[in-house]
Amino acid sequence: MKREETITFFVEEARKDFSIVEKNLASIMQEAKVSEVKKLNYIEEFDAQNVVRQLVELKKSFAAKDSKYYGKLFGVPITVKDAICVRGLESKAGSKILKGYKPLFDATVIEHARNEGAIILAKTTQDEFGFGTFATNTIKVPKNPFDNSRSCGGSSGGAAGFTAFTKNYHLAIGESTGGSIACPASFCGCVGLTPTYGVVSRFGLIDYANSLDKIGAIAKNAEDAALLLEVISGYDERDSTSLKNGFVKEEGEIKRVAIIKDFFEPCDEEVKKVVKKKIEELKKFYAVEEVSLPLNVKYSLAAYYVIATCEASTNLAKLSGLRYGVQGSVEGKHFDEYFSEIRSKEFGAEAKRRIILGTFARMSGYRDAYYLKAMRVRTKLINEFNEAFKKYDLLLCPTMPTVAPRFDEIEKLTPMQNFAMDLCTVPANLAGLPHVSVNAGFSKNNLPIGLMAIAPHLEEKRLYSFARVVEA
Amino acid sequence: MSKVEVTKELIQKVAKNARLSLTDEELEKFVPQIQEIIVDSFSKLDEVEAKEEPSFQPVSVSNRFRADKPKAGLTQEEALSNVDKKLRQDGYLKGPKVL
Repeated sequence: MKREETITFFVEEARKDFSIVEKNLASIMQEAKVSEVKKLNYIEEFDAQNVVRQLVELKKSFAAKDSKYYGKLFGVPITVKDAICVRGLESKAGSKILKGYKPLFDATVIEHARNEGAIILAKTTQDEFGFGTFATNTIKVPKNPFDNSRSCGGSSGGAAGFTAFTKNYHLAIGESTGGSIACPASFCGCVGLTPTYGVVSRFGLIDYANSLDKIGAIAKNAEDAALLLEVISGYDERDSTSLKNGFVKEEGEIKRVAIIKDFFEPCDEEVKKVVKKKIEELKKFYAVEEVSLPLNVKYSLAAYYVIATCEASTNLAKLSGLRYGVQGSVEGKHFDEYFSEIRSKEFGAEAKRRIILGTFARMSGYRDAYYLKAMRVRTKLINEFNEAFKKYDLLLCPTMPTVAPRFDEIEKLTPMQNFAMDLCTVPANLAGLPHVSVNAGFSKNNLPIGLMAIAPHLEEKRLYSFARVVEA
Repeated sequence: MSKVEVTKELIQKVAKNARLSLTDEELEKFVPQIQEIIVDSFSKLDEVEAKEEPSFQPVSVSNRFRADKPKAGLTQEEALSNVDKKLRQDGYLKGPKVL
């Protein structure tokens, strides 16, 4: 990867000549329009005036040489996953029920990005509230740039799709609950960097599951992804689960890594081949061994889906057709009737299923057996990871068991089969461990295959170093 | 914990709790799907003994407090700005009947 391909290079040049910002922005706005016309669906409704207003303000910053001029992201256009609130831009988390909602505030990550001179370009498409692995549970379904008949992955499908599609300088803010940054990064050949739970503030993120949601970065290369993560991370008193440690982009030490052999087994042959070949190449840099995580293999999907659906069903209870989003006529209706009508009409099938599953697992009589049990099992699974980390600096596996599937293939999957696709990404997400997906190679029909590295809590530095080595 | 019988009635009851009114078509589709998930996935947790403390967050988080100092909030206009015009009345937001 050449220096001229990085955001850092772009920012340095932009500080010398503002026309570089203008040209890049004009070009990427054109791409956004083209992607809309071609129904590639990466971007939610595009607001060109909003972008132009930001450009005008930024030009003043250039003239004044103010703090934004010296910002790490000066002039960089950023796309934002729809679930993250941006002041004045419709923010729906991919759901019909929030149509028309325009936040009065910026999420913390957006404040950070703006302070560093970034331009918020547009919201990107996603599965409704993050419920999905293929970005198909939504109205505008993003299409894989490598093959438009295939999924971008999910739930941050639009973010990864647009990152792979654009030929301009750009960064994408994504979000992961069970793997929604790593999965689309893998399917679209990008770098997807998910931090430790709590390193990036969730203030302004429309919640899926509070103990699992993590905002992170999707970019064309590791350097850019790490830079974005550095900008958006940090303690925020408005998020009660925010950690004191932010992420600083610096090298981490890696000596010994281990392949999680049980995560490999269920993967497609081609995925195994490409990922193993890449790992072979890494043997000149690190000692590579094997490890087994039998408890995670057996129980992490179950524990994850119990916890995620429980938390989601609570969070979605606030969406009831009042105060924002879709609202109806209240005349002559009792509140139960009014809420049920709107919720039943506007939530998609996957959202309804998860609400039902989560409500069930929290109900009295079932709560101890499911919800509480899952929380105890989670501790067990985190302990299993930490045991492995006593010996190894990073754990490796394929990001996804397959390449991006075709839409007609996805239609035939049952909900359980959908869940099973998350077998590699869910364990790290459940444990709140930072992880990165980097492109390891391509299948015979030129579809990207991702290699994932998982680090201990707060060791994002190792992921940064590792990803740069893999890319080189 | 003995095997849960996931019936149509149970799902209807849960849906009602969650303020969702499912059509017959939806129920027909959801019942087997939800059965499969609860029996094949959720109930897997029955197999494993877990005496560990529950991890309500994956990373240890302790109670945080801030000073009880009042700050400016939203103005009435801001607070109503996302409310549909037909549900606004004299600076109030109209809701459905409670009683």
